[in-house]
Formats: sequence, C-alpha cells, structure tokens
Amino acid sequence: MSEQKAAPVLRTVGLTKAFGGLVAVKNIDFEVPAGSITSLIGPNGAGKTTLFNVVAGLYEPTEGHIEFLGRRVIAAPERGWLEPILWVLPAFLAWALTYVMAMAGAPEEFVQILIIVGLGLLITTLITAVIRPAWYGRFLTHLGIFKTARPNDMVVAGLGRTFQNIRLFANMTALENVLVGMHSRLKASPLDALLRTPAQVREEAASASEARRLLAYVGLPTREGELARNLPYGDQRRLEIARALATKPKLLLLDEPTAGMNPSETAAMMALFGRIKTELNLPILLIEHDMRVVMGISDGITVIDHGEKIAEGTPAEVRSNSRVIEAYLGKGAV
Amino acid sequence: MKRPKLPAFLRIDRPVRAVVGRTLMTAEPVTAPTSRFLNNHQSLSVIVGMSIVTALLPFVILLPPFNGFGNQTDFVDGFAQAGVWVLLAIGLNVVVGLAGLLDLGYAAFFAIGAYTYAYGASPFSHNHIPFWPMLFVGAAVAAMFGLLLGAPTLRLRGDYLAIVTLGFGEIVPVVFNNSDTYTNGTNGITALYQPGVPFLFDKGFGFGNPVPYYITVAVIIAIAMILLYRLQDSRLGRAWMAVREDELAAASMGINTVTTKLLAFAIGASTSGLAGVYLSSKLAIVSPTQFGFTVSFTVLAMVVLGGMGNIWGVAAGAFVIYEIQSQGLKQLNNFFATNQQFFPPIHLGFINIDLSTINFLNYQFLLYGLALVAMMLLRPEGLFPSRRRKAELHDVDDAGAANQELVEA
Repeated sequence: MSEQKAAPVLRTVGLTKAFGGLVAVKNIDFEVPAGSITSLIGPNGAGKTTLFNVVAGLYEPTEGHIEFLGRRVIAAPERGWLEPILWVLPAFLAWALTYVMAMAGAPEEFVQILIIVGLGLLITTLITAVIRPAWYGRFLTHLGIFKTARPNDMVVAGLGRTFQNIRLFANMTALENVLVGMHSRLKASPLDALLRTPAQVREEAASASEARRLLAYVGLPTREGELARNLPYGDQRRLEIARALATKPKLLLLDEPTAGMNPSETAAMMALFGRIKTELNLPILLIEHDMRVVMGISDGITVIDHGEKIAEGTPAEVRSNSRVIEAYLGKGAV
Repeated sequence: MKRPKLPAFLRIDRPVRAVVGRTLMTAEPVTAPTSRFLNNHQSLSVIVGMSIVTALLPFVILLPPFNGFGNQTDFVDGFAQAGVWVLLAIGLNVVVGLAGLLDLGYAAFFAIGAYTYAYGASPFSHNHIPFWPMLFVGAAVAAMFGLLLGAPTLRLRGDYLAIVTLGFGEIVPVVFNNSDTYTNGTNGITALYQPGVPFLFDKGFGFGNPVPYYITVAVIIAIAMILLYRLQDSRLGRAWMAVREDELAAASMGINTVTTKLLAFAIGASTSGLAGVYLSSKLAIVSPTQFGFTVSFTVLAMVVLGGMGNIWGVAAGAFVIYEIQSQGLKQLNNFFATNQQFFPPIHLGFINIDLSTINFLNYQFLLYGLALVAMMLLRPEGLFPSRRRKAELHDVDDAGAANQELVEA
C-alpha cells in the first residue's frame, strides 16, 4: 500500500474492568487498524464480551481508557464531584442576585420573579444533566470534567454493533428496525414531526429508501414488512447487521455473528463481511468462536485468556503460537 | 491504491443473488387499498372520521333503543363529558402503549391542567384569561410537570416506575387539598369562567346547551389525534417503540433513552393537561376529589380494554367504557326495575338476590375488574388492537406462519 500506516480506529490503553473482586479484563492494549478486520478470540469466559461491552459504552472501565478515532471517549470518570456544583451554580447566582436586590429595596414582585427564575434555572440544569446532550458533554470536558461515553454517545461517535444473543426489536418490522438504527443520523425534531415540515417528510422518505437499500445489501430485499421475530434465524442475524450499518458506523462491532449457522450460511456471512470491509471500507472488530471464520477473514487476531491478552498477530502467527494452543487445548497439547 | 470514500451507503445498488427464490414474499405488506390510503393520509382520515362520528352521534341516539333512555340534550352532554376520557386515554396511550412505561399517576397531570385553568380564569384568582390560550398554557404546564416527574424517576423500570408515579398521583391532589391559600382547599375553586367564541358566544357557552362543548371537545380530540399520529409515525415514535421493545438495544442503536422517555411522559402529560383545562371549563369547578386514583385507574383500564398502541382503538375504548359506565349501568337499573316480573327475587337460604333493587352503579369497579379479567383471558390485545399488538399477543400469527411455510417449502 502506498499510504503510510493510518492511525488506528480504536485503541484501548491499559483497559481493566473488575466486577467486585472478579477482574474480567486485565490491562489490555490492542488496536483496530483502519480498513481491517480484527478478531478477538479466546476460550469461553475469557472476557471477550466484557471487553466488547466496555468498548460499546455499556460498562465503565475500572482503569485505562479507550481512544476512538483519535479521541479519548471511554475512561473512568474524572473530577465527577465538580458536576453537582455546576448544577446548582446558575440557580445559586440567581438567588444571590435576588438577595442583593431585596437588600437594595427592589419591588416585591421583582424579587418573586427572580426567585422563580432561579428555581427554573435549577430545574433546567438538572434536566439537562439527566439528558446529557452532546454539547453538555463537550462543555464538561472543557472544564476538565470527564464522563465516560454512554452507548448512544458511542453510536453517535461512529460505533455500530450487533449482539451475541440477537437483540432485535422483535415486534417491529425489518424496515422499522433499520430505521431505528438511523435514528442518530436523522435531524427532524419532534416539532418538525408535529408540523410535518417538508424537510421532515423528505427526510422520512429518504431514510426509508436508504433502509431498503441496506436491507438489500445484507440480503433481505423482500422482507421489509415482516416482524423481526418472524424472520428465520439467519435473516435475523443479517437484519442486525443492517441495523448496525444504518447507524453509519466508522467501526463495526460484531459479537459472534455466525453463531448457530450451518457451513453454507457461515460462508455467505463471511462473504458479506468481506464486502463490508472492501466496498464500504469499514473496519470490523469481530468476536468469533468459529476458527474457519476467524482464520479466513481476519487481518489481525488478538487472543484473550482469563482477561489477559496472550497473543496478537496475523492468523498464521496466532495459529502457531504455543500460548494460544495451550489456552485452547491445555498444556499437554503443546 | 485508491479507496472508495466512506459514505458509500448511497451507492449500494448491486443485485443480491443470495435471495433469488424468495420472491414469494412481496416487498410491501399486503394491505387493502383503502387501508393503505388511510395510512398515507392519516390527518385527513382523522378529520373525516371525527367529523362523521361527531355529526352522527347526536342522531344515533334518536333511534331505538337509545331514544328510550333519555333526551338528546342529556346524551350530548354525556358525549361532551366522554370526550375528556377519550383525551386522557389517547394521552396515556403514548406513555403506556407506545413507550411501554406504566404510569399509575396519570390523574396528577389532569389535575394540574384543571387547576391551571382555574388559576387562569376564575374570580378566585382575579385572572380572566380566555379559554383558548389557556388550553396551550394548561398543556404546557402539565408537560413541564411531566418532565419534572420524569427526570429523576425514569431510570427506574417496570414496577418501580409504576410505584413512583402512583405516589406522584397521590401527592398532587393532597397538595391541592392542603394549600388553602392558593387552591381554596377542599372546597375547590368555583365559578370558573366559561369558554366563549367572539360574536357566536360572546358571554360564554352557557350551561343549558351542551352542543358547543361537544363540538369543542371533538375538535380538540381531532387535533390531538392528528398530532399524536404524526409523532407516532416519526423518528420519535419509532424510538418509543424501540425503547419499549428493548431498552439496551435501543441505546446501542444511538437512541438517547432518557430524552425519549421524558418526551413520552411530557407529551402524555400535555394531552392530560388539555383534558383538565377542558373539563374544568365545562364543569366550572375544580376540587381535589375529582382527581383521585380511580381516575388514573379508569384511564389505564380504558387504554388496556381499548387496545394499547392504537390511537383510534383507545379512543373508541374510552368512549364505549365511559358510556357503559354513565349510561349503560343506569339503564341496567331501569331495565330490571321495569321488568321486575321476569326476574323474580332468588332466595338461596339467607341470601336474597333481587335484581330490581340492585344499584349497578355501585358495582362499577367490580364490573371493571370482571371485564379486565375476561379481556385478559379472551382477547388480551384489547377490543380494537393495533395490528402490531395483535401479532405480538397471538403467537401463531396466521399470515406470518403461512408465509413462513411458503418460504421454507
């Protein structure tokens, strides 16, 4: 390749996650290079899914941090105690002003209005803090307060994922599932929907046709009107991928996407991953147990056992690594 | 090597070979042309539907057997009252039916809307703001309280949320009851100003004629239905359903679940606020006893019986249940009293059952309970379910199963 090595899409630095005394993920450093398929493998209970969930913003890490597209997005919170002060500050200022005005002999109505304004400010700040919109997060970062990203923040940042045990919206149609995936990329506000502005109507039509295209892309062009739970198993897996693609990700996280599939279905899925990688230039982080899949499509493999990284490299390197063989087959096999 | 640019989603146009042979499935769900038309012109169908219903109802009751039950004016007055419950039910439908949040304190927002009007237009508060702007004010104030209740509690789920909302529903009437200075306590605020229309009803709608109220509430319901349909079909509506289906998956698809649930609460509350403003203007009195737990419970029963998630169904359910409760039970009393000879008293030892002396109105909640039990056993999706809910509750969906077989054959 003529280009110089691009910065990694995702990088974890010293990532540790402990549940009480159980350390599920121990000090893991790994990266997903741009435009590649990276696999995460390891025996059952090795901590793959925990790592995955930390990356997706479901768990807060105990130590270490994650950089996504060059930005530190996930880490244990810093200076969290400052935030509550921030919540009461506007109201406190308003009430301090009220006090000064009252001392200076302002009319009573004016003082009452100021007290109510203070109360309104308090409520507004608290509701903003609960909702935590993007600008609020940026504002906090500006002040040196760091809060780890929530799952929806990670999606907005560009991370699409599927689940190990399929979690589609079972009673919504295939098309609606994909449309929900597009949620964070649509701009129409509830007010636009109430007024049914031309922009909202256009956006809805455009998103529906894009959702159909995505369904066709993963191989479900004729099933848009069906409830997700009525789809056969393999199609549900495909639909989950379509839904993840609809979030316009810059990295796709697939958690055991071929679990429970027969060899021909698995081959079709592998072809789909290859197409996603080459046609959409979308890097993939894959957890998988099926070694044919892992060895067949991965550019890089990271092996975890007991929460620790034990090997890393190309498929050929990993296959011949003695620690990997030991982890999978036991000491006697080496 | 030159790479294609990342946002390549718009250029996906290659045919997919893997699915040839599945062409049995049609791309569009098979629907009758009429229902497709209604789906595409929701606002129009609501306007036409509401106009037809509003125009026909006062004449339907001139036909037997209804004409024997009372005069037309009383009936129309009852319909105008039923409108309140329809509004409440379609509002609660957003919270319970769409977003899947069990709210047992819904009457609180109803009370807040009603007291907002009482505060804005009564001799007690020395304010006289016209009815029409007060509709918006009442909705906005109720929505604000919806946000206030929702913000700290929405991280709770299921039963826990239900208990918190139940508490809120109990607190609000108590607060109105005890803050005498502002709400006149138990006596309530009386002699609220009536809504009026310039030139037509300069001095207000008056008490003798229910027709203006009837038309007003029909218009409010139609507008509320149109707006709720629009929300339901929008990005927000899908987010509500996604949160109801699987909150974690919804968050992992980029939905801010907190905002989504807060909006459901606020929008449900604002509809309830509308109902409160309208009711207080119609009765010209508000008092804390009107907004007890029975209101929350009745509305919830209406939503469940009507068919959760379907706006028309819930509205129809609320109307039917209100009419049964206010008219049907009374007629049942009359029926057994006048036909005493056909239903002789039954003596079972020391128990005497004399249908002609039973006041069925007293057994209203017993009948609700029976109706709910019967409904859950026989037709859990409600009287007028949405297609989605129906499919959800009937595991072997006939059409779906048939399609499946075709595909697998």
